[in-house]
Amino acid sequence: MLIKPAADIRPSEITPPALYADRRRFLRLTGASAAALALGGPAELLAAQARDLGPLVKSPFSASEPLTPRKDIVSYNNFYEFGTDKGDPVQYASRMKTEPWTIKVEGLVGKPRTFDLDQLYKLAPLEERIYRLRCVEAWSMVVPWVGFPLAALLKAVEPLGSAKYVEFVSHYDPKVMSTRPVLDWPYREGLRLDEAMHPLTLMAVGLYGEVLPNQNGAPVRLVVPWKYGFKSAKSIVTLRLTDKQPNTSWNDAGPSEYGFYSNVNPDVDHPRWSQAKERRIGDFLKRKTLPFNGYAEQVASLYAGMDLRKHY
Amino acid sequence: MTATTAPRSPSIKALSTRQVSALKVLLFVVALVPAGRLVLAFFQDALGANPIEAITHATGDWTLRFLLITLAVTPLRKLTGWHWLIRLRRMLGLFAFFYAVLHFGTYIVLDQFFDWRAVVLDVLKRPYITVGFAAFVLLVPLAVTSTNAMVRRLGGRRWQALHRSVYGIAILGVVHYWWLVKADVFAPLIYALILAVLLGLRAWWREQERQRQRSAPPPQAKGQGRIIPILPR
Repeated sequence: MLIKPAADIRPSEITPPALYADRRRFLRLTGASAAALALGGPAELLAAQARDLGPLVKSPFSASEPLTPRKDIVSYNNFYEFGTDKGDPVQYASRMKTEPWTIKVEGLVGKPRTFDLDQLYKLAPLEERIYRLRCVEAWSMVVPWVGFPLAALLKAVEPLGSAKYVEFVSHYDPKVMSTRPVLDWPYREGLRLDEAMHPLTLMAVGLYGEVLPNQNGAPVRLVVPWKYGFKSAKSIVTLRLTDKQPNTSWNDAGPSEYGFYSNVNPDVDHPRWSQAKERRIGDFLKRKTLPFNGYAEQVASLYAGMDLRKHY
Repeated sequence: MTATTAPRSPSIKALSTRQVSALKVLLFVVALVPAGRLVLAFFQDALGANPIEAITHATGDWTLRFLLITLAVTPLRKLTGWHWLIRLRRMLGLFAFFYAVLHFGTYIVLDQFFDWRAVVLDVLKRPYITVGFAAFVLLVPLAVTSTNAMVRRLGGRRWQALHRSVYGIAILGVVHYWWLVKADVFAPLIYALILAVLLGLRAWWREQERQRQRSAPPPQAKGQGRIIPILPR
């Protein structure tokens, strides 16, 4: 696959000037975010004001495909902790408090550590990476994430030689999230350590040049672009390095349907539906799904010699 | 005793033919509202990020709802004594079919865009599509034989036997929904519970009727306790 250099303009810079002016005017009017809180400003807006992502490095890994409109990316979400309808997260996720926030890294590491957001932001220069996102439900988007390689975080804690896997645990707060036992909360995901260390594997903190909206997994989430979307755990609070393959929420819920690897694969269908095609959000006709979601050149070697029908 | 010319007190139990006709017009309009709202939302770009999915889900939901409403007519009639309800049943059933056609059409045209190979594979390989497709196909003869002429041609008994297949169709419809959700079976569970009540009531009544017939001497009036399709006037 040819990796094309990204366009010169950040999507965030194409936001209509009127909107930006409006935002500035709002900032001026409200002053500090504390004042905005007193005025009852929406939580998402507050979070967006609280942090500036600063200058973003353009990534050579970015796809050069038309971006999915921001309104679709922030309103069509699978974040089952807030409800199983795609429209639920945008409605309810603002109840989740994302500051202060820490990620605890434990298990088979030389230097177990807890990172706060400031420390996470400084682990590596923040990059804008435009990735294809392929949901296991056979729809897809093109998302301009902002984040840093997970490898930067893992290197900081010095994984031991015995570490083979990374388990990710998402935030779960029954006070603001659904208590229906749809999945075994808290949401857990996992990667093999070499997958986690792969340069494409991203910890995202932003979207469209701004801080990640809650419904997209704020304040920090995993993005593994060659795997089905559910592998990219949202609102992460714990990373655990282990020598055994960790249990994951979807694999526990349906082992025959949601494998541990869950690499995007048009040749291995979900038992209940085909994975050969996908509908790109905004398109009418479906398009063919690409092996590893179009990232085969970068990641296929990770699975050399493996039977991907068995290790789906 | 004084002769009175006052009109009969209006009773919801016994609506006049005119009242039922008015009700049918109203029902027709109301039953078109979900479809109208979809069309409106489509042109207002208000169906969200994935409009085809939204249309598929909405038309499927309304097929199931109209199936359940149709199946609720007989129990409601028995419980309330509102016998005119039966005169709405055909229209309700045909609206279930109407939404099923929209649902199936959405799948063929918008979702698969006439990719017949994919459609055939889906029907053969995906159990939830297999049962959904079966339910749709089985609805067709019911819609076709819904006219007065067809009832007469088939004869009440045979017509009724054929139309009892709607019980199975409703079960297939709920199974279709149950098998397609990823993890959250809450919504299909609600449909399943309502359907269980509607079919359970029938089974219970039938059992009671059987016991009554066993213990009591056969009733004088022929056909008592049977539901005979009533043709609209």
